[in-house]
Amino acid sequence: MSANQEMAVRYKNNFLKEVEQQVEMGEWVKMCMQCGVCSGSCPTNFHPGWEHPPQEIFMMIRAGKREEVLSSPSMWMCTSCYNCIVRCPRKLPITHIMHGLAEYAYELGLAPKVQPTKNLSKLFWENATKTGRINELTFSLGMYFKDAEGKINIGQGIKKGLEMQKVALGLLKAKRLNLFEIFGGHKCKDQKGIHAMLAKAYALESKRKGRHVG
Amino acid sequence: MTDVVATNETILVVGGGISGMTAALEAAETGKQVVLLEKNPALGGRTAQLYRYFPKMCHPICGLEINLRRLKANPRVLVLTQAEVTGISGSAGDYTATVKLAPRYVNENCTACGACAEAVKTEVDNPFNYNLGKMKAAYIPSAMAYPQRYVLHPSIIGTPDAEAAKAACKYGAIDLEQKEESVEIKAGAVVWATGWQPYDAAKIQPYGYGRYKNVITSVEFERLADPHGPTGGKILRPSDGKEAKNVAFIQCAGSRDENHLRHCSRFCCMASLKQTHYVRENSPEDGKSTIYYIDIRAIDRFEDFYQKVRDDASVSFIKSKVARISEDDNGNPVCWGVNTEGYKRYSNAHDLVVLAVGMEPSVKGVAIPASIVADSSGFIEADPANGAIFGAGCATNALDVNRAVQSATAAALRAIQVVNKVARAEV
Ligand SMILES: Cc1cc2nc3c(=O)[nH]c(=O)nc-3n(C[C@H](O)[C@H](O)[C@H](O)COP(=O)(O)OP(=O)(O)OC[C@H]3O[C@@H](n4cnc5c(N)ncnc54)[C@H](O)[C@@H]3O)c2cc1C
Ligand code: SF4
Ligand code: SF4
Ligand code: SF4
Ligand code: SF4
Repeated sequence: MSANQEMAVRYKNNFLKEVEQQVEMGEWVKMCMQCGVCSGSCPTNFHPGWEHPPQEIFMMIRAGKREEVLSSPSMWMCTSCYNCIVRCPRKLPITHIMHGLAEYAYELGLAPKVQPTKNLSKLFWENATKTGRINELTFSLGMYFKDAEGKINIGQGIKKGLEMQKVALGLLKAKRLNLFEIFGGHKCKDQKGIHAMLAKAYALESKRKGRHVG
Repeated sequence: MTDVVATNETILVVGGGISGMTAALEAAETGKQVVLLEKNPALGGRTAQLYRYFPKMCHPICGLEINLRRLKANPRVLVLTQAEVTGISGSAGDYTATVKLAPRYVNENCTACGACAEAVKTEVDNPFNYNLGKMKAAYIPSAMAYPQRYVLHPSIIGTPDAEAAKAACKYGAIDLEQKEESVEIKAGAVVWATGWQPYDAAKIQPYGYGRYKNVITSVEFERLADPHGPTGGKILRPSDGKEAKNVAFIQCAGSRDENHLRHCSRFCCMASLKQTHYVRENSPEDGKSTIYYIDIRAIDRFEDFYQKVRDDASVSFIKSKVARISEDDNGNPVCWGVNTEGYKRYSNAHDLVVLAVGMEPSVKGVAIPASIVADSSGFIEADPANGAIFGAGCATNALDVNRAVQSATAAALRAIQVVNKVARAEV
């Protein structure tokens, strides 16, 4: 059984409960009174790809629209501007719930395939956890040479690299970018320790949420 | 010196709004001695500043008139205006209140002829009109004011204007030598009826109150609609004096909000529903009201009133709390948000936006000069720990007039029981 099927069975028709237990800050969803201030305050609202404003996502959760919510690109569009949090009359941590939903959808394999934010997050996470430090050079190159679906695309990489030439030179001059980073770059001393720590955190988190470590 | 005869069988009522007047009258009409203190120069409180009352759409003047007549007919109520309690000591059946009396500079000889106002040049903000417009520094607080006596604004004392007022008075009513006094008043029980104040709308930053002239509060709107108000009852918007025909009402402005007032203020849905009548009355042909709301709380018997407004074609309802307000090139406020029914984004321009501001106690629990149990919003709770200090009206909760009066009667009854007990003990 896939992680997704397992959760679907465990929570049967109670998606709200699933969100409360599985999603970071999910226990806040029921506090939403559907006033609309968050949606009206969201700068990305109704941009292409932003199917449902936060208020609507919260209503859909209560209405049990599990597949629709978890496969939606909406929460991946959140820019963490915090406008909604500042104004919400019920003090819901909306930004964090959006990220929590995105993370959960990703865990279950329901996140949209083609999603730039998802790809960026994945690349960032892998890059940063490898050595304990972010490697700006390999990270940006990774961004340029991968297409929207995360596949290597040499032509696109060269094109983007040329477009960004000026910025790169500026960064080099200001010593914000170091070409020698290509050979591994700066890293933490105890990389093994970091990997063990992250693995332990992941195991603890999975246990707390009753998820299988996979 | 002001002479106040009071004993521990006296009931002290603090606040001369509809609640305080009611409590004072109910107690006095059962034969008790009452001292009624009011901070302002006239009785009436905030109801006197309304144009019409829901649900019957009558003028507040008539309700006030009846109470004033009862008051004038009753020798057992001593009314002190410009009086503020600064401290209360003692316990049930034996309180002493310290009261600060501010000078009016006008004595009982005043006939309200108005000659002093003509002689005075200085103009000051008019608090009766929520500072929309100015008034002379020698003034009568409102047409209905009780006592019907002029007041000199303290800012002109010691200036030639004060002398001019004195010279203009043919009745020897102006006394520039009056000083602030402090008196002690004994009482067996205290009714605390200091009422409410509108929540400070400037704190709701995204709505631009204070930045955009055509964003006003519901209390200001009452004054605009009132023939005795600053515009003679014409709804003219502040920026350019243009007639406001397309008016938006924003509900829960500062209420039901963890960042502002946590409670539902209860009366403001009804107040906005009522105010749509003002818009129609002002522009019968093309007046338009839009109510932005989370949900309409027209409690119990007001449902009919709500349904009638619902059926009115000139009123539309948008289920959405406005996220923010901006201003377009013509000075029109523009409401931005998302309609919960369909989750569609809107940005609507209006002539005028009225914020249905919430109600908070005018004296917050902790600021009451006696130890009193109050809730998180500062409203007085009914608690045995309060001894014989009883909250009444909007000092205890966000209430409409009907409920405020009920609560005042209840407080009067409790106070009566306390002084009865004192009286029995002394026989
Ligand atoms: C826009 C708007 C429209 C409304 N319309 C309606 C309506 O149509 N119908 C309806 O039923 N209700 C309406 N209300 C509600 C109504 O105004 C209140 O229910 C009513 O004012 C309550 O009266 P009160 O005596 O408790 O308080 P207040 O009217 O606030 O009176 C309190 C009095 O105490 C005095 N005071 C304050 N502090 C002190 C102090 N320290 N010492 C001495 N005196 C003090 C004040 O000066 C004031 O005179 C409306 C409210 C608003 C905001
Ligand atoms: S602002 Fe808060 S209460 Fe209002 S709809 Fe958004 S999440 Fe719900
Ligand atoms: S934090 Fe995210 S959801 Fe909230 S307003 Fe900003 S972009 Fe929208
Ligand atoms: S103070 Fe004198 S002049 Fe002024 S209104 Fe009273 S009687 Fe008239
Ligand atoms: S009465 Fe209506 S406008 Fe006032 S706080 Fe309650 S819901 Fe909001």
